[in-house]
Amino acid sequence: MSVWNKPRREEEPSRPLNTNSIRPAPPAPPVEAKKEATTLSSMSSTPAGRMEPESSRGGSATIGKAVKIAGQIYSREDLYVDGDVEGTIELMDHKLTIGPNGKVHAGVKAREVVALGVIQGNVEASERIEIRKDAKLVGDIKTARIIIEDGAYFKGSIDIVKSEPKAAAGQPRPLPAASAPGPVPVVASAADAKR
Amino acid sequence: MGLLSDRVKSFLRGPRSSAEAGPPANGGGAPQFAQGPARGEALEARHSRGLDQFFGSFRDQTGLSILDLGGARQENVNFITSLGHKFYSEDFLRIFQETFGEDIADQSNPGRIDYFLRRSLEYPDEQFDGVLAWDALEYMEPALLLATADRLWRILKPKGYLLAIFHSAERKQMVPCYNFRVQDARTLQVSRHGERAAAQQLFNNRSLEKLFQKFESVKFFLARDRLREVIVRK
Repeated sequence: MSVWNKPRREEEPSRPLNTNSIRPAPPAPPVEAKKEATTLSSMSSTPAGRMEPESSRGGSATIGKAVKIAGQIYSREDLYVDGDVEGTIELMDHKLTIGPNGKVHAGVKAREVVALGVIQGNVEASERIEIRKDAKLVGDIKTARIIIEDGAYFKGSIDIVKSEPKAAAGQPRPLPAASAPGPVPVVASAADAKR
Repeated sequence: MGLLSDRVKSFLRGPRSSAEAGPPANGGGAPQFAQGPARGEALEARHSRGLDQFFGSFRDQTGLSILDLGGARQENVNFITSLGHKFYSEDFLRIFQETFGEDIADQSNPGRIDYFLRRSLEYPDEQFDGVLAWDALEYMEPALLLATADRLWRILKPKGYLLAIFHSAERKQMVPCYNFRVQDARTLQVSRHGERAAAQQLFNNRSLEKLFQKFESVKFFLARDRLREVIVRK
């Protein structure tokens, strides 16, 4: 039975899921047995499309909408939360998405945060945060860029901090703006798009 | 009685006119309050002397704390943070609606007033350098309005500024409803979308001076559409 091959597949690290390139799904029975577990673990070992509410979430771990977690979450891959989380979430270099059913009562640190559900807690997003139309965020935000859709509820403060020049390492440094005295304004996300 | 019902209905319907109303932002649950603009909402850029005065008072300063009571709007966040200030957001009218709903009498209840202020303006004294109240104060009855003005005075730093907007001093049942988005330090993008029930009091110069009597100064600018911009300094 193909179940003997299963452990080897599970050992594969969280390779990004590309539903187009995945080989034909293994026979159904053993996967069916693991169905519940997929809500808490990397989705990369699941057959194509299975348990994927959104096709764009390839390679991310998922906390399903029937799952409630109290404690600390530390992830080295992207995370999609559609359930309840209470505690802290840290995804230093990764993206956190709070799905429309997600309720997060936690301090959050991530590279990028996309909120479609509820976040109650302070959020640090080193790159950017998006608060979508029906999302609700109560807490203080520290980020380099922010996008707030009309219809989103936000209560708290926004501190725009310059992102670390980490990504620019190795690239030629821009010339110093000698002709521009005074502090360099920090621009929130859509400002440049708008102007 | 019939008149009151109309007021209440209109209040609950929120600011959108039926012609402009898009799908409800929250799936048709609680009434929505001046949050998202309806699709196709026409934005009109207009010079605002009140805004000019407000941001002019912070010229050459960074790192200030600015509270926006109009909910978080992308344009306002962009503008204020681009000046190097910290942006604070309160969706004041939504909390107002959630707290009092249609019950105008409740706005005189000290317990409810206290509860409302704890939900909406629970900040340490002298926290903010500026408060953008927009038209949030216009829909309140006297007891609540006085308590709110007092709380605003407390959370403003000395020499801090508050910008509020009121309709002209005519007694009306309904007043047009606007969204205010900061385009630059002198220009507001204003969009009208529907009407709301007005408070049952007049907002003329005298009543506004009385309302903000704890503040050091009160200035008025009459703007287009009979909007009265009021800038007060603590």
